[in-house]
Amino acid sequence: MKFSEEKIKEVEKIISHFPEGKHKSALIPVLHLAQQEFGGWLSVDTMDYVATLLRIEPIEVYEVATFYSMYNLTPVGSYLFEVCHTGPCMLNGSDDIIKYIFEKLGIKPGETTGDKLFTLKTVECLGACGYAPMMQLGKNYREHLTKEKIDAIVEECRNKIIASN
Amino acid sequence: MGRKLLLDKVQIENIRFYDVYRREGGYRSVEKVLKTMSPLDVVEEVKTSGLRGRGGAGFPTGLKWSFLAKPEGIPRYLIVNADESEPGTFKDRYLMELLPHLLIEGMIVSAYALGSNCSYIYIRGEYSWIVDILEQAIAEAKNNGWLGKNILGSGFDCEIYVQRGAGAYICGEETALLESLEGKRGNPRIKPPFPAVKGLWDCPTVVNNVETIAAVVPIINEGAEEYAKIGIGKSTGTKLISACGNIINQGVFEIDMTISVEEFIFSDEYCGGIANNRKLKACIPGGSSVPILPANLLLKTTKGNQRMMTYESLAEGGFQSGSMMGSGGFIVLDDNQCVVKHTYTLARFYRHESCGQCSPCREGTGWMEKILHKIENGKGKQSDIDLLWDIQRKIDGNTICPFGEAAAWPVAAAIRHFRDEFEWHIDNPELCLQKNYGIANYAKPIEILV
Amino acid sequence: MSAPKQIFKVTIDNITIDVEQGTTVLQAARKIGGDVAPPTMCYYSKLQGSGGKCRTCLVEIAEGSKADPRPMPKLMASCKTNVMDGMVVKNITSQKVIDARNGVVEFLLLNHPLDCPVCDQAGECDLQDLSYNHGKDGTRYEFERRTFEKEDIGPHIQLHMTRCILCYRCTYVADQLTNQRVHGILDRGDHSEISTYISKAIDNDFSGNMIDVCPVGALTDKTFRFKNRVWFTKSLNAHRNCDKCCGQVTLWQRGNEVLRVTARKDEWNEVQNVDGKPGWICNDCRFEKKKTSDWVIEGETVINRHSVMAQGKYPGLIKPKETIADVMSGRQPKLLMDIHDVSDVNEPHIDLSLIQGAATSKTFDKDSKQPT
Repeated sequence: MKFSEEKIKEVEKIISHFPEGKHKSALIPVLHLAQQEFGGWLSVDTMDYVATLLRIEPIEVYEVATFYSMYNLTPVGSYLFEVCHTGPCMLNGSDDIIKYIFEKLGIKPGETTGDKLFTLKTVECLGACGYAPMMQLGKNYREHLTKEKIDAIVEECRNKIIASN
Repeated sequence: MGRKLLLDKVQIENIRFYDVYRREGGYRSVEKVLKTMSPLDVVEEVKTSGLRGRGGAGFPTGLKWSFLAKPEGIPRYLIVNADESEPGTFKDRYLMELLPHLLIEGMIVSAYALGSNCSYIYIRGEYSWIVDILEQAIAEAKNNGWLGKNILGSGFDCEIYVQRGAGAYICGEETALLESLEGKRGNPRIKPPFPAVKGLWDCPTVVNNVETIAAVVPIINEGAEEYAKIGIGKSTGTKLISACGNIINQGVFEIDMTISVEEFIFSDEYCGGIANNRKLKACIPGGSSVPILPANLLLKTTKGNQRMMTYESLAEGGFQSGSMMGSGGFIVLDDNQCVVKHTYTLARFYRHESCGQCSPCREGTGWMEKILHKIENGKGKQSDIDLLWDIQRKIDGNTICPFGEAAAWPVAAAIRHFRDEFEWHIDNPELCLQKNYGIANYAKPIEILV
Repeated sequence: MSAPKQIFKVTIDNITIDVEQGTTVLQAARKIGGDVAPPTMCYYSKLQGSGGKCRTCLVEIAEGSKADPRPMPKLMASCKTNVMDGMVVKNITSQKVIDARNGVVEFLLLNHPLDCPVCDQAGECDLQDLSYNHGKDGTRYEFERRTFEKEDIGPHIQLHMTRCILCYRCTYVADQLTNQRVHGILDRGDHSEISTYISKAIDNDFSGNMIDVCPVGALTDKTFRFKNRVWFTKSLNAHRNCDKCCGQVTLWQRGNEVLRVTARKDEWNEVQNVDGKPGWICNDCRFEKKKTSDWVIEGETVINRHSVMAQGKYPGLIKPKETIADVMSGRQPKLLMDIHDVSDVNEPHIDLSLIQGAATSKTFDKDSKQPT
């Protein structure tokens, strides 16, 4: 397990944001990078690699990785639907969206489809309360969700997978 | 039309990019302070403006800046808190997405005032596309000589970096943010020492909200006295309100703090009234942590005065009959909504987000969530309501950081003002179990004063 | 270079004392001692950075200082609040404090398994003492308690996470006494746990001190596990020449067998200072030296006030007057009674002392004869 040359440069750039000796500050962004590079989740090997890279103890990485909710500590599907269900989204029908995803894909929060394509996760407030209901998909937010939009998103993901094969 | 100072140019096409922003008068404030003002002048100017922290606590910004320790030979840091995670709040995101240069301009001016040569924007991890927007804007600013060494020949150096979080509401608490920025778990620190003395890497640090820093720009451009003329009393200037829930126009609005709550909810310029022809039932006016108010107390104070969108007026009546401006996350519930369920989702949020460091919060938030879940699902007992009250009371004020209060207040206010709804849930378990979530036609109708 | 430290006056529960600038409220209260000292579950004076988390030592600051006598709006963690000159503190004289402390005890016990009958810490557990003093009878918690999977962290130390109250003390021990920390706090909120994440053995010369600082039975000594209840053991101060640590320990014996070795504790249940430094002991002394001959015995240990054994073991304890011996001119009570005097029923015609072997019902048959 190793970052590519290019990613190593990115890590060095992140470290350069901080004063000499404060390279531990790079941990959170480097973990993001590692999760993105190594299969969408953080295995023990991945975390140990990050520890070596930043010259810190592995436990310091485990402590941080388990604290923040964006790090996946178990494998997830190719597309992770993170649907917000806190107050304002609930007021705008997030429960219906979660229910619809279950009807459509047969997965409950925390589950992955058999083909390992989709994982559903319920999350707490993502700061899109005025555009509810919403979910995070990869880097972006999908807002004002409706059943039709869910259909379209699922379609879009499936097409992407087909295109990439 | 209210006065707009932050969002006045937001409609201009491509204002996100440097060329347009500069053409529209951007970075004037940096020129002004670097050429004509000393750092102390800037701090005084911000003090005079009456600007109060826009992140939630409402602490006077100039005063906060004046507390910053200035020991010789130790760097000082300005941190922008963009870890916007309070349910109901999405104003900083709007500002950063559409006007990234406004934030950067404000940061340069503020960093100059504080003597900080290196500043960070700590942004919540989920806003990952905004990181790109900000980094691009920083690169543009740097290419045009607004960042880097010896800016405009003034001798002042300034660098800005963006740091992403990874999903933790608690990192919006300033000392937890600093821990996170140091690459650790977001456990709030015990204060004192305050960040102004020992902050990032033990150096003197100021942490300010995105909107607060952006507001420094119009203060410098218009002059502090002009800025202070807007608003009522100690609520000076303009405030971004992110309105959501059951209203017609959800979104971010800039208000000058002179309008009433009623006008804000019902006028077409702002929320445009309640959606789906329903009635206003309740509102959380300042982000999920502040007390919920039923319509009658929201629109008028117990003294019979119009309630205004100001720090003071929203808080009038204390927690008995008032609420708070908080972060400006304005959540509206129509008469079809269930306060018990809403409170449950908030309790679940707080349980999920508790860092787990101190015992009242770690254990208390989980306990409250379980009891509310039980009541929501028709398995509650009448004595559970008093138990909830007692639990929130024992969390409130006894924790390391203000998260304890943030978790306790929503539960307390829901019980204080909507006890009948809790009782209904307990007395009608079958109806609760129909899973017809959100239908709250059982609740005592609230007399609406408008 | 540095100016001499100023002396501040502080009043705690109506008792005024002088302390040096920089003293915490808790240290000042401990100087007064007794009930005035707030209980602590996470603070440990010998571990830098500890404290502030459990919230059991909250006190009311009724007057901030002579210069600014305004009260502090919230209760403050006494372990993390420095004394100011003229400060007035209320601990057990404040109903607010008592109330908050009762709340904290309830929170700490919420998910604690209360398996004291099978817990090795029972009898010397800070949480037991705390709940005895501040807890309620019964619980208002009606949900399933949180449990954790057992994790093996090596041959000497047992980690029982379900009992943990997350004081963080053991992580400070690992940071400050050992060269590498392999365990830490994982996850967050009410799912937080102490773990190595990868079930790694915590192996270090000083790791055993984690057992001594643990306020509950979350970290216990595997070599002592289920060997005996602490209150049946005899504790002796002993020492040996050790090239790793101070070698000054407490031996816990049953008969002549050394069941357990710990560091010596002071009256606050913290490791005692030896020559001005905390008397941490190494794993060799703790786990490997289990023979009396390994040690030079100094004498009986002064048991700290936290221990249930303290009742019988305080040196110089005045026992109740032996009335019977007094009345019966020195004869011991057990010699006073002849069973025949007590009851008519007990009048066997057989002299019990002459029965050979075990007595059976036949021995007392009416027809049976006095054995010779």
